[in-house]
Amino acid sequence: MPVFQLVVNGMARSVEAEPERPLLDVLREEFGLTGTKYGCGEGQCRACTVLLAGKPAPSCVTTMRMVGARKVTTIEGLAGGGKLHPVQQAFLNEAAMQCGYCTPGMILSASVLLEREPNPSEAAIVKAMNQHLCRCAGYPRIVAAVQAAARLRAMAGLVEVRDANAE
Amino acid sequence: MRTRNSPLEWAEPERYELREVLPRVAEWDRRGFIQFTAAGLLIALFAEDATAQRGSASPALEARLLIGKDGRATILTGKVEEGQGARTQIGLAAAEELRLPVAKIDVVMADTDRTPDDGTTAGSRTTPSTIPAVRQASAAARELLIAAAAEKLGVDPGTIQVRDGFAQGASGRFSYADLAASQKFVQAMKQAPAAAAKLTEPAAWSVLARSQTRLNAADIVTGAHRFPSDITRPAMVYGSVLRPPSFAAALQTVDLEAARKVAGAMAVRDGEFAGCVAPNSFAARRGVQALAATATWNEKPHPSSRGLFEHLRRTAKGNPRGQSAGDPDQVLASAAVKWQAEYQVAYVQHAPMEPRAAVAEWSDGKLTVWTGTSNPFSVRSALAQAFGLAPAAVRVIVPDFGGGFGGKHTGEAAIEAARLARAVRRPVSLRWTRAEEFTWAYSRPAALIECAAALEGPKIAAWRMTNINSGTAALEAPYEIANRTTRFVEADSPLRQGSYRCLAGAANNFARESFIDELAARAGLDPLQFRLANLTDPRMRAVLEAASERFHWKDRWPQKRTGRGVGLACGTEKGSVVAACVEVELGPPGDPPKLIEICQAFECGPIMNPVGLRSQVEGGILMGLGAAIREEMAFEGGKVTTNAFSRYHVPRFADMPKIDLVLLDRKDLAPAGAGETPIMAVAPAMANAVFHASGRRWRSLPLKG
Repeated sequence: MPVFQLVVNGMARSVEAEPERPLLDVLREEFGLTGTKYGCGEGQCRACTVLLAGKPAPSCVTTMRMVGARKVTTIEGLAGGGKLHPVQQAFLNEAAMQCGYCTPGMILSASVLLEREPNPSEAAIVKAMNQHLCRCAGYPRIVAAVQAAARLRAMAGLVEVRDANAE
Repeated sequence: MRTRNSPLEWAEPERYELREVLPRVAEWDRRGFIQFTAAGLLIALFAEDATAQRGSASPALEARLLIGKDGRATILTGKVEEGQGARTQIGLAAAEELRLPVAKIDVVMADTDRTPDDGTTAGSRTTPSTIPAVRQASAAARELLIAAAAEKLGVDPGTIQVRDGFAQGASGRFSYADLAASQKFVQAMKQAPAAAAKLTEPAAWSVLARSQTRLNAADIVTGAHRFPSDITRPAMVYGSVLRPPSFAAALQTVDLEAARKVAGAMAVRDGEFAGCVAPNSFAARRGVQALAATATWNEKPHPSSRGLFEHLRRTAKGNPRGQSAGDPDQVLASAAVKWQAEYQVAYVQHAPMEPRAAVAEWSDGKLTVWTGTSNPFSVRSALAQAFGLAPAAVRVIVPDFGGGFGGKHTGEAAIEAARLARAVRRPVSLRWTRAEEFTWAYSRPAALIECAAALEGPKIAAWRMTNINSGTAALEAPYEIANRTTRFVEADSPLRQGSYRCLAGAANNFARESFIDELAARAGLDPLQFRLANLTDPRMRAVLEAASERFHWKDRWPQKRTGRGVGLACGTEKGSVVAACVEVELGPPGDPPKLIEICQAFECGPIMNPVGLRSQVEGGILMGLGAAIREEMAFEGGKVTTNAFSRYHVPRFADMPKIDLVLLDRKDLAPAGAGETPIMAVAPAMANAVFHASGRRWRSLPLKG
């Protein structure tokens, strides 16, 4: 079996794995990073979202062979310096979870959306997040949380302050 | 401390999954293995559980509540957390009565060795049943803490104030930690409370009435929380089960050697049960694929979903249940104005985000299972029966899991994991795939519903409603009708079926509220006025009036807009009431309508944790929307063809309408659950809006032209 060299949450990792084995399984079963969830195995629900080179990707249909040199970030790697990421904090503040199984994937995608678009409209959030399923259908609160995260980032000086409702 | 929720759970006929009957129990005991049916489904004798000894039945206060040396309180409950908010609500209830900050409350849930048996987490029973038990125990403990402080100070207990974890008297102040260490308190906690303690009136709630994020939310957002699929144990391996290629297929032969091709995989066969374990789940799945390539099956014909409703009609059996008053048949026979219609409701799946999962570990003849189920004590009984063990030799632990919606009342994955674990003598993690969940889990029953009624002016003079196959929930009309009869008739269900959020209530309410709209049209009346003319229940009228006023129904209903329509519906179940006004936009031919806006009024007594209630109501609306517009199980040749999210389309962000909620707070009423009833109004309101827009009646769910 080939050996793959990965960088996961900033840490170099080496793992022996079948090339066709999903990244999801390796993260969960070899590295113990169980915050990344299985939901469908076909990239339809995005509970398994990780960041590959900073972009959201469904790890259930990303095989080990496909990862290449791209750095992997999981939900466990999002908070830094003992402080929650603003999106994590906003999901807490807005109670934007019911069963919570989809939450890690939602948070990772939202964090990338806000990097790209610091002050997204509701329509932009819906468009960016539409690949993610929440069967509890907590969508209204999740949208509210992403908007709250945008405000938190602005307050933290991470982005230029703009009128959140201007769009 | 038994607070079981029987007999409600067992009296509802649509809880089919709890009555699945085991054919040969004795054989299990004797031969030490479990018998599977031809379909590969375990048939477990859950119904017996209604009378069997369950759970820790100690009446001692400490069976429900502990005060630690650190002054923190631990609440013990057999209820589970699956996203509905029970953990938080229970924590708030304890904090309220104990006068302790929520941050100092720990809630231990659903561990059959540690927690009381609070019955199945189902039927909206946590709020009316478990919450009062927790409040009562917490208030009793509060009184004991007050008594301990009064004794230390030598004063009358009436002079002691409790707040934020401290008891304050005129001459001294003690922390709960100090008081809980007193011998008298320790002894009192070992007893049942001597008398019912005084509960805090809803009007005086300072904690329960406030919004609170889920108590373990921090672990959810960081990914630290371990769901059942995330549990690991030392030396654990991963399992996968060989599934039949179609329903009712029986395993004939399989070459277990085939699994050797996969490194580390080990095949297990026990009668018709076969599977693999391996050091990782990918290898286990590949091992099973290798087995499947060699397996031969005896397949049997199975009905197709295309002929479903004719099949249900043809197989409708006797033994009807229902209620009657007056003489509806006579009134219908002689009425000048009468109407009848038939409605169809497809099978839908719960499709929780986390499929069934379990980790099973055998140790010294004792079995411990971590699994996602709403029914921990029944799953313990099922495991005990399956393996010929005493219930005390089985421990079921339910970590907060990834959604249930009534779909996880059984313990299939638990039993399969335990079976594999026993065979390979290692702990086994078994996680169903999405395709397994869509195929082998139970579904919400399909329904064929016939309605007939007679009118006298704006009044319903006679009413007849028959539900074939799905159930009795919300079968009784909330309207005042002198001559009425309702019937539920069982039929042969091609799919395994069982409980679902609101049970058959969503199907029955879809049919009834659609039919009421048809009657309003026959009577030539505004559907709102027609309903109010036939409703006397003040709570039903209140939600209907609240939703219609906020929605400006009286202005919007008379307007006709091309391709757009408004509709309304109301309903009641599990002690709460709901009404919704909606606006829909018609799509191209063949497409479902789009929900543009919903204004929903809901009332479940006094509001606890408003943000939790809002989540339940919004989630209920959107789950109801899924069944209204798209969700439908299709099957052919014994296979579920909608066995993936790419073929079974649950609601997404883009389906979200404008949602306007009116949450009525009735502090004068007893609290009722809120997880179910909010689902039942959206589909009929949409069907009625389609009629308003087009003059066409769409009488099936999902809505189709």
